[in-house]
Formats: sequence, structure tokens, C-alpha cells
Amino acid sequence: MSDRNERITLTIDGVEISGESGMTLIEAADAAGIYIPRLCHHPDLPPTGHCRVCTVTVNGGNGAACTRPVADGMVVENDTERLNTLRRNLIEMTFVEGNHYCPECEVSGDCELQAVAYRLGMTAPHYPALNPEREIDGSHPDVFIDRNRCILCGRCVRASALIDGKSIFGYKYRGIHKAVAVVVTDRLGETEIEATDKAVSVCPTQCLRVKRRGFRTPLGSRRFDREPIGIPERE
Amino acid sequence: MAKSIVATGHFTGCFGCHMSLLDIDERILELVELVEFDKSPINDKKEFDRPVDIGIIEGGVSNEENVEVLRAFRANCRILVAIGACALTGGVPAMRNTVPLRECLEEAFVTGPTVVDGMIPNDPELPILLERVHPCRDLVKIDYEIPGCPPSADALWEALSALLEGREPVLSYEQLKYD
Repeated sequence: MSDRNERITLTIDGVEISGESGMTLIEAADAAGIYIPRLCHHPDLPPTGHCRVCTVTVNGGNGAACTRPVADGMVVENDTERLNTLRRNLIEMTFVEGNHYCPECEVSGDCELQAVAYRLGMTAPHYPALNPEREIDGSHPDVFIDRNRCILCGRCVRASALIDGKSIFGYKYRGIHKAVAVVVTDRLGETEIEATDKAVSVCPTQCLRVKRRGFRTPLGSRRFDREPIGIPERE
Repeated sequence: MAKSIVATGHFTGCFGCHMSLLDIDERILELVELVEFDKSPINDKKEFDRPVDIGIIEGGVSNEENVEVLRAFRANCRILVAIGACALTGGVPAMRNTVPLRECLEEAFVTGPTVVDGMIPNDPELPILLERVHPCRDLVKIDYEIPGCPPSADALWEALSALLEGREPVLSYEQLKYD
């Protein structure tokens, strides 16, 4: 984003905050200490608006806060029952679209999908489970992909291309079958990926994960076991 | 005050949620002052024979017996509370949902590496398995959901005490967990 110089003010849920032109809404909210739920957005990567969990109401219409530029005098609704219900439904659909079974998952407690669901108060997904068959890839010595957890946020695709400079990931198939692809080789073991790559560390559900780390941090002591994800709620 | 009548049920799961209920420790003394247990695996009462105030069910639905008993719970309980990952999502038993049922049975009973002279069990006493493992809400209306694998004793206590006091259960951040 360019031209970060003009100071502007806007309101989120009636709270006046200031920002700079060229910022996105999610950046302005983060800077002001206001949490907007999100999944595909990552502060180190350009926004893409894939997941729609950050949907807010701007001047009466819905839009993704991660891609929406701020403007002077904007009136934004964020933490409302209506929007949080929409977001919870998006999260529930994300759960049933993959195979997200927390009790048997090695990253439970350290997963942003689960953490956002906790924060939004989801008790369980209320849509029929699709239980798709997803590909896993353990061909690399240090990194593996378990697509059962993939939510198609595209963080790895962006990070690999823009930060690691390797462009290892892309997409394959269409519609409900869409999946993250290892481009050209199709097998992670034949790529230049390393455990230290940004593409590996940004995965919100750790379907892209460094090997031999499974239970280094025990269940119950992980990032989101006791503390909610994101900026704490205002008193 | 008349005691509330509580029934508990167990479908396809590990009984961990019932164990977690027992983890309320000495609060169980408070509970017996407030409730009377009806049909439950704890007292081994098999059939419903009077209206029940609160039914607490654990486990997913994987066979015809589960379907029948779950429907009996819905028909006889004023409030039905589903507890635990299996009742809410199918849980660990639902791992088989990505594999066709026949393949599961053949792997377990016929082609598995440790099977000798195997056959798929077909005793008429055995309930017929469903093609997929379902959460309880796929079959009946569920009034309250308490997630967890198992839900903590504190989460179950909050749910039970709230319903007995006639208020909505409110799970804290530590009490609302899926694992």
C-alpha cells in the first residue's frame, strides 16, 4: 500500500480511531487495538480476502476488512451479534469441508482455525461433514503436508513466492476439490523447501509442518489453550 | 423441591465423558441432593418408564442400536444435552468416514496382517453398522452442546448446575474446548 501520509479518522463499533490513507481496515484496527477475526490474513503477507472471516459492515455494506482500504469518516461495524454469527457459520463450514477433528489432531491448541472458533464461541460445526479424502505428502525429510487440515487460506502460496522466493506452492483442481499444489514436481521432497521457510511457519492450521515436533509442547500448554487468539477484548 | 430426573446415555464413544462427569469429585454429593438418576449406564437401568427432565448423551451414532436409543432419549427427555466430541462431531470413530464401510470391515476382519481365517462378524445379535458415523444432531434435535474430549468436569458441572437452576449454561474460555 502506498501514500501512507494523510491522517484520517473512522469509527469501529462507535469507537473513533485514526489511521493513514493507504492502510487497510484490518491494519488500522490492529494498530488501534481492536480485534477483527481473521484466518487467511497474515500481517507479513499481502491480503487476498479468501476466507471472509474478517467481514465487517462498512457504511452499511459488507466487505473484507483485510482488503478494504480505510477512508476518512468510515463507519464500521465489527463486533456485532449479526457479524459474529456470519463468521461462526463460515468457520463451521470450514470445519466440515476438511477433516478437522481436534481430539486426534497433533496441533490442537496451536491452530488458528480452532482458536478463532473458540473465540467466536462455536460449540461444534452444524453442517453435514464432507469427510473428504485429502492427500498427504511426507516425501521431504524435514517438512510434511497434511491436507486434511488445509483451509485454502493461501498463506503458503504467498509466502513461498513473495518472501522465500521459491514459488513452491500453487493450487490444483477446481471448486470443492481445490487443493494446495506443490507446483511442477507435485512432491515436497523434490522441492527446495526448508524447515525455516516462511511458507512453513505461516500455516494457520499447520497442515504444512516441520517434522519431529509433534508433542514437544504438550496438549494443554499451547498458544491458545488458555489465552484467546488476537487482541484481548476491551473491558 | 422435587428432584430433577436425569438420564445419561452412551453411544459410540469411549465413556470418557461419563468418567469426566465423575471428576466433579465431592460436588457429586451436591448433585445427588438435586437429581435422581433414571436410565443410565451408571445404574444400569435399561428402559425409560417415566418422563425425564434432562438427558445427557455421549458418543456418536454408528449403528442401528445407537439410532434407536438416541430416538428414545429424544422422545423421553425434556432437555437433551449432547456432551463431548463424538456426540457433537462423530469424534474419533468418525475417522472411518473417509473409508467405505466394507473396506473398513475387510481390513479389520479379513485382509488385515494379523487376521487368520477371518470373516466379517454377522451374528444377528450385533447391531448393523451405518455407512458413516454421525453426530447426534444428524438424527434428533439437541438442546445444548458441551464440547470437549472429554468436556472438563467444570464444564459439565456448569452445564448441569445451570440447567438445574433454570438458566442458560455459560462456558468460560477454559471450559469451551474441542480436545
